[in-house]
Amino acid sequence: MKLTAPLVYGIIASILLVSAPHAEHLPLWVAALSTMMLGWRLYLAASANPLPPRWLLLTITLAGVGGLLIEFHTLFGREAGVTLLILLATLKLLELRTARDATVLIYLSNFIIITNFFYSQSIATALFMLFSLLVIMATWVHMHTGTLALKPRLRIASVLLLQAIPLTLLLFVLFPRVQGPLWGMPQDAYSRSGLDDTMSPGSMSKLSLSDAVAFRVAFKDAPPLREQMYWRGPVLWDYDGLTWKNRDGPTSISGQGVRTRLPQLDNIASPVDYTVTLEPHNKSWLFTLEMPTQLTIPATLTYDFQVLSKAPVSVRLRYDVHSQLAYRANAEETPYQLQRAVTLPRGLNPRARQLATEWRANLGDDEAVMRAALGYFNREGFIYTLEPPLLGANAVDDFLFGSRQGFCEHYASSFVFLMRAAGIPARVVTGYQGAEFNELGGYYIVRQSDAHAWAEVWLQERGWVRIDPTAAIAPSRIQGGLNAALPDNAALPFLARTQLPLLLRLRFNLDALTNQWNQWVLGYNTERQFAFLTRLGMEDVTWQKMALNLLIGVAVLVALFALFMLRRLYTPKPDPAQALYLRFCRKLARAGLVRAAHEGPQDFAARVIHGKPERAGAINDITARYLALRYAGQDDAFALRELRRAVAAFKL
Amino acid sequence: MNPSLHNVIAQTEQVILGKPHQIRLALACLLARGHLLIEDLPGVGKTTLAHVLARTLGLQFQRIQFTSDMLPADILGVSVYQRPGADSTSGDFKFHPGPIFAQMILADEVNRATPKTQSALLEAMEEQQVTIEGSTRPLPVPFFVIATQNPTNQIGTFPLPESQLDRFLMRIQLGYPDAQAERNLLAGVDRREIVAKLTPQMQAAELFALQQQVKQVHASPALLDYVQAILRHTRESARFVHGLSPRAGLSLLAAARAWALLHGRTAVIPEDIQIVLPGVASHRLQSVQDVQLSDGDKLARELIEAVAIP
Repeated sequence: MKLTAPLVYGIIASILLVSAPHAEHLPLWVAALSTMMLGWRLYLAASANPLPPRWLLLTITLAGVGGLLIEFHTLFGREAGVTLLILLATLKLLELRTARDATVLIYLSNFIIITNFFYSQSIATALFMLFSLLVIMATWVHMHTGTLALKPRLRIASVLLLQAIPLTLLLFVLFPRVQGPLWGMPQDAYSRSGLDDTMSPGSMSKLSLSDAVAFRVAFKDAPPLREQMYWRGPVLWDYDGLTWKNRDGPTSISGQGVRTRLPQLDNIASPVDYTVTLEPHNKSWLFTLEMPTQLTIPATLTYDFQVLSKAPVSVRLRYDVHSQLAYRANAEETPYQLQRAVTLPRGLNPRARQLATEWRANLGDDEAVMRAALGYFNREGFIYTLEPPLLGANAVDDFLFGSRQGFCEHYASSFVFLMRAAGIPARVVTGYQGAEFNELGGYYIVRQSDAHAWAEVWLQERGWVRIDPTAAIAPSRIQGGLNAALPDNAALPFLARTQLPLLLRLRFNLDALTNQWNQWVLGYNTERQFAFLTRLGMEDVTWQKMALNLLIGVAVLVALFALFMLRRLYTPKPDPAQALYLRFCRKLARAGLVRAAHEGPQDFAARVIHGKPERAGAINDITARYLALRYAGQDDAFALRELRRAVAAFKL
Repeated sequence: MNPSLHNVIAQTEQVILGKPHQIRLALACLLARGHLLIEDLPGVGKTTLAHVLARTLGLQFQRIQFTSDMLPADILGVSVYQRPGADSTSGDFKFHPGPIFAQMILADEVNRATPKTQSALLEAMEEQQVTIEGSTRPLPVPFFVIATQNPTNQIGTFPLPESQLDRFLMRIQLGYPDAQAERNLLAGVDRREIVAKLTPQMQAAELFALQQQVKQVHASPALLDYVQAILRHTRESARFVHGLSPRAGLSLLAAARAWALLHGRTAVIPEDIQIVLPGVASHRLQSVQDVQLSDGDKLARELIEAVAIP
């Protein structure tokens, strides 16, 4: 086998395809170096110049590895490992001299395919890698057949891939799963956007620019109204004048009983059951509708009604929840918490404090003060916007009396501040509000752009009551979603905007597909495998049984393929000329001119021409070409192509 | 088409009126180096056809009228003792070749002779040589026999056994001419006069070359598939007493090759097979329903329609 230039191009293309998706997370200098080496090899192949000497390659290799060590301080782990792999693969291209090197590079590109799934497991990645695999296979076929043209090479490669499908399915279904993500690398955290455990001006509006899916929800029965869909997330207690956070942490075990009480719900009503498929967000919150009472996975309900999983959510998670939409939450609260819920930073925002004190003095009960605050937001020309002006040190004062433009975090923050200033215990709750119904999938999608912040105040006898000040300024945000509440030109993410029906449909289709992919391909974990195999009729599933079934299945499939191929080997190939002629006959048969099985081509042509004299030329031409190919021993591709063209062009 | 072949056909058609297909079949049979059996009533032009072909092709012609008292020596020839005389110093047996030593033989009413005599002719046909009194004498080249046979139900005939019939490449029937041809025949001059005036259109060497060309005509695998399908059908079908022999298959292919050459083609197509099939197969096939009265032509046509072209 000779390393021809086209074969070298194929190998360069294979390496390029599998490395390209890594470009965005490779260090810039590695990406540049690899591109340069690919280009160099391409030039050498095109110009047939000799490859660089070994000492030069060795120098580059050592320099590259040294650079990686400086960059990552290690050669192991996902980032460093993948970078090293790509660097070495492109270097190997520069010493591609023999068939052995070509084989190594082809295996290497197959291996690099896997590394792409460390970063993304989306359908798009899978499809792109499938395409890369096709190119690699075609290159591999090229290596072994040499003279074959591109098209038949691609055909052989496609056939090989198609033949692999049953085996792949078998392996996918039966290969014993381990707990954890499909390609999980424990040391590599998912860096995904999501709700944080703090809130400051701008944090929510930044999040609402992302149309990434936060989680998907399928309701068992009738879904609740949109304005009831408050997905509870982090609860924030402590304000330092800029940022809201929970200084004690969500679970302060130490003060149990004294500082905090166990969460207590009574007067519950309007139950709702649903299943949440949560995207990994690397935090512990499990989002549920307020207030959850039952959950199918192990989790903690904190004293302020946050649901926390045992560990940060680093893989996609499914859980069933039972929530009560009407409730009374902690009607009795510890003095410590009540004190904490009225604490404000000293000396900041004097005008807001002044306003709240006035309300407290003039109005009797807590609820009247609340109404006054909401009325204030409603009356005084507040604007709901994604791009509010910057605020100074007295952020609440600047907002309430100056800019009067803000997003949900501004309203929630100011409202809680006013309540605390008036002596009413209050806290900020963040999470998501609303959901988008996907008719095709029959489920709801909650995106990062649905992130929201609201307030909870504690009232005598009523416990913690949810108050959403945003609803006072922009009720449509709560009822219709973000795009209903903001002016048209707002910088909303593309997917969160209202669109043409066709686009909307496409978008729902895509999301339904992604959901299926997540549920069945990526989410096919140990439990699902057991459930699925049990449904298939396998009793008491063990990994030994799975392995046995796997081996038997592979053996049966391979035997089937072998039988099929042997049969093909022993049955004569249908003559391509005859196939074309039969197509011609079918065309005529559709016009009522059916060839008898024993009718010779020339006799048939004469009969047809008698019926269709106007097509005599074409009919004679096709018949003559067919006779020449099939009976006169003419055997060349050109004549066959001409016959194919003539038959294709033939019309009655 | 070969121009001299064209002339041969044109000249023959001038004498034998209204039988273009039979003329071509006879020629194909000759080109395929086979022998022809014409089975028909007396007086439809069998002898004339043979005579015309011989004249036109420039072949030596001999006619043998078969009778029931004929002996093999009457065909093959005899050695006669010659006394020593002026031309010869010692007494010796001299071979007098029989009528079979000619390039074209018309064996008239071959089924009138006894089986013994018939087999002498047929062996000569097959071997292209005769062995008389221990010495083997080759027959001239080309050697072509046109045998005629009266319908077997006529009185005083010894029907040829099947094994002998197989030696003939083709059996054709001339049949009565159509009205127009017959009118021309009646109105025209005496056929014998015309035959006497005919000039050869071809040299023996040219005929030999054509016979070699026939062998070169291409038969593709697809066509051989078709021939085999036909042979297989006759052997598997319950319609026939017995299937076609391998020799019949070879004959079919040879005749089809000659037919293709006659029509200026360099390869055999299925139509060639179909057109020569009645001639080649009709005397070899017998219907199980009625052995005596089976019509070979009809059987052959049924056979064509029963076998799909692969």
